[in-house]
Amino acid sequence: NVRLLDRLSSRRAVVGTLYLTATHVIFVENGSETRKETWVLHSQISSIEKQATTATGCPLLIRCKNFQVIQLVIPQERDCHDVYISLIRLARPVKYEELYCFSFNPKLDKKEREQGWKLVDLNEEYNRMGVPNNYWQISDVNRDYGVCDSYPTEVYVPKSATAHIIVGSSKFRSRRRFPALSYYCKSNNASICRSSQPLSGFSARCLEDEQMLQAIRKANPGSDFIYVVDTRPKLNAMANRAAGKGYENEDNYSNIKFQFIGIENIHVMRNSLQKMLEVCELKSPSMSDFLWGLENSGWLKHIKAIMDAGIFIAKAVAEEGVSVLVHCSDGWDRTAQVCSVASLLLDPYYRTMKGFMVLIEKDWVSFGHKFNHRYGNLDGDPKEISPVIDQFIECVWQLMEQFPCAFEFNERFLIHIQHHIYSCQFGNFLCNSQKERRELKIKERTYSLWAHLWKNRADYLNPLYRPDHSQSQGTLHPQIAPCNFLYKFWSGMYNRFEKGLHPRQSVTDYLMAVKEETQQLEEELEVLQERLANLQKSQSGNNKVKSKQQDQSKQFGLYTSNNSLANTPQEYSNDLKSFPSRSPSQGDEDSALILTQDNLKSSDPDLSANSDQESGVEDLSCRSPSGGGCLPSEDSGKDSDEAVFLAG
Amino acid sequence: LLRSSQPLTGRNRRRCREDEKILGTILDEGERGFIIDTRSAQAAKQARMSGGGTEPKSSYPQWRRIHRALERGRPLQESFIRLVEACSDPSLTMDRWLARLDSSRWLSHVKAALSTACLAAQCLDREDSKVLVHGAEGTDTTLLVTALAQLILDPSSRSLQGFQGLLEREWIQAGHPFQLRCAHSASSHARGKQEAPIFLLFLDCVWQLSRQFPFSLEFGEELLLTLFDNAYASAYGTFLCNSEKERRLCKVKESTHSLWVWLNQPEEKHKYLNPLYSHNPLVIWPSVEPQSIQLWQGLFLRWIRPSQHLDEAWQEIQRLVEGN
Repeated sequence: NVRLLDRLSSRRAVVGTLYLTATHVIFVENGSETRKETWVLHSQISSIEKQATTATGCPLLIRCKNFQVIQLVIPQERDCHDVYISLIRLARPVKYEELYCFSFNPKLDKKEREQGWKLVDLNEEYNRMGVPNNYWQISDVNRDYGVCDSYPTEVYVPKSATAHIIVGSSKFRSRRRFPALSYYCKSNNASICRSSQPLSGFSARCLEDEQMLQAIRKANPGSDFIYVVDTRPKLNAMANRAAGKGYENEDNYSNIKFQFIGIENIHVMRNSLQKMLEVCELKSPSMSDFLWGLENSGWLKHIKAIMDAGIFIAKAVAEEGVSVLVHCSDGWDRTAQVCSVASLLLDPYYRTMKGFMVLIEKDWVSFGHKFNHRYGNLDGDPKEISPVIDQFIECVWQLMEQFPCAFEFNERFLIHIQHHIYSCQFGNFLCNSQKERRELKIKERTYSLWAHLWKNRADYLNPLYRPDHSQSQGTLHPQIAPCNFLYKFWSGMYNRFEKGLHPRQSVTDYLMAVKEETQQLEEELEVLQERLANLQKSQSGNNKVKSKQQDQSKQFGLYTSNNSLANTPQEYSNDLKSFPSRSPSQGDEDSALILTQDNLKSSDPDLSANSDQESGVEDLSCRSPSGGGCLPSEDSGKDSDEAVFLAG
Repeated sequence: LLRSSQPLTGRNRRRCREDEKILGTILDEGERGFIIDTRSAQAAKQARMSGGGTEPKSSYPQWRRIHRALERGRPLQESFIRLVEACSDPSLTMDRWLARLDSSRWLSHVKAALSTACLAAQCLDREDSKVLVHGAEGTDTTLLVTALAQLILDPSSRSLQGFQGLLEREWIQAGHPFQLRCAHSASSHARGKQEAPIFLLFLDCVWQLSRQFPFSLEFGEELLLTLFDNAYASAYGTFLCNSEKERRLCKVKESTHSLWVWLNQPEEKHKYLNPLYSHNPLVIWPSVEPQSIQLWQGLFLRWIRPSQHLDEAWQEIQRLVEGN
């Protein structure tokens, strides 16, 4: 007898049963026909709020890291308390073994699991870039993580950087994160290197660190200086000097041009997201409430700052042919964001599906971004939590909106990646470093997300992408100024589960289906033409050809009429079935699922969406007398309430 | 769906038997109707001081009145100007941009217009009730509501032909004073007294619908931009004058060409068609949540942001659909 409330209308509550398993919270609707299910992974739970008991019961609000918000009402306060306590414990695992990835079973054999992990190969990637070569070499100085435990075992360094220089430099860098190669531009030898802040304090120097930067400069004969980009606000960087850290002094390092690009720290970003989500939770906000709330959160301002940094670095590399060394404080947050945005702008390979996976593996996974701390795999310090990779993913989305033909993948790809960073269903984003992952034997005990996404890649394609299109060649040049208006609120992510807010039909899906059908038709045409040519030699068989052609056209005629069904907004839940190609990412909301271990393998995030697929339901009752906004929509029930009109 | 202007109730609460009779006969025995007044309750009350007013309950017992204040006239013009200025100011930081977008209130007006049109549509479609819409003059916000409501309810107004018909009926013949509203300064500072971008607000709302229902309108953004251009400055006579009467007096039909004739030529028409269009027989209910209402970049940033990449995207879409 638990009620699941609709966020926008407390009237539209459904009654059902709540289940808690080792890995999920599951709500099953009581309705005889649908028995719709809502699944939420414990890993996704960000916070649980027990609210004041009312006449109807005890409300429990579950907020998820993938921005799903679930409002339950449990009739008995005692039961509610039990659920609350259980969820708190379940959502805060203390050991890695408690995480879903260790029990998730996609029914693949050992070899397939291994293959899955091999899909993304960083060695291959560096070779593709063009290293090692005359200017860059692999260094195994960190082979046992003896130099830097958050770096990978293999890093690329300038040819003239000896082991001695690397070790010396690492001692002068926060967390020992010495300058290493992130991206190499074959055409002009410019590179993007990354590190953490130097331990320079007010006056400390380190010969090896200075030599390291010189080595980077020498690795690019086309330029006589390098940029050193500190992605922190100047004030923060200066404050770090008092703690014995700081930034590079142009006087000490020969031939560098130093640049601050003020991106705020993880605490500011955490608060910014928090404020933005509060805006999303407003009931019937006015346009002003929304815009003011968005401005007040500062979120888009931060997104723009990251983008601007990426643009600066891409410009330095592509247009000026100058190498860039990027760092922040520890070189694992803002540095990762900015290096990957720059790489994306520079190299069209990273705008392909495979390339994007490689990019994340390189700049985030291998370079020791602290996934566990930032995204709370395990219960930890709340001050370490911050939406760092979320911001990077949003930058990609903003770019996709500006350059619709430039990316091989679509919005859904980004959303699913974000989902799985928090879901802990796959092993890619566990722990804080490569070292920790190897110790836990992640690759032997869990599965790779990349293999899963790759298997379903048809869902993630952008129909407007063509490898030979001008937008998918070379460097992307986003407009710099004025450009504030180009940054949009990403309702597909932050209001992901509120289907009523989004365009009811997916243009992407439609175009993909069209593209596929055209391809099929073209293939069929080829086959038939061949056959006709062959048959023209022999007299018999003409009839067979005709009937085959008729069958084909019937088949395709059916296909097109399915499309028109799909275009009917109010039958959104039906059109998923009528898409002949596939729609696994939308899940099988309508099938009555039996709660067995088998179901736990269906990992698709949207399966757990509690979204009301019926969109556009008009609800007069939520209209306030003063004429506040409402979510009009289509509903079979008539929610008329004339008292509302009289009050108006 | 009916439209009119305000009843001239005035200070003395005048009654008019004929008016009451008309509104009485429209409804069947025991049936209820809704009057959507596009002025705030207070403004409507104030109107009595200058001879206008609202329909008193006692004289129109079968009609329920709802007020939905929609901006018009000078404040709407100011809103438009502020938005245009915010868009073309290169010095703004992100914070300032959002603040100015908000303070222009343009998007609030879009939200309000769509909400009211949805309300009218809802009364008709869900409540099976008749609806009378009026503001003060019946030439601005009234037409905004009735035209939008029809787009929401009636698939035939979403075809290219149907939309032209809708514009002819609900804006041109209905007597929207285009000449007074649009003929002079648009968004410049030389503000004429009667200038107001109500028709533009309508086009913006239509654009919002096309964004939310990308398959349901037979026409695309290009048509809306062309209509915007022609409302303000045109080589054609379609949007001239303020009423059918004036157009007849000025012999518009005899001395000018019709925009529709030009648009409907096969060579021109294809530019305005939506390649994704597929006839949608159902009612389309837009979301009026703030996240669903976006700045019409194609209009407001038309000369400011490069459209090349988006144009290329549309060409791709066209290519994919036509290739099929």
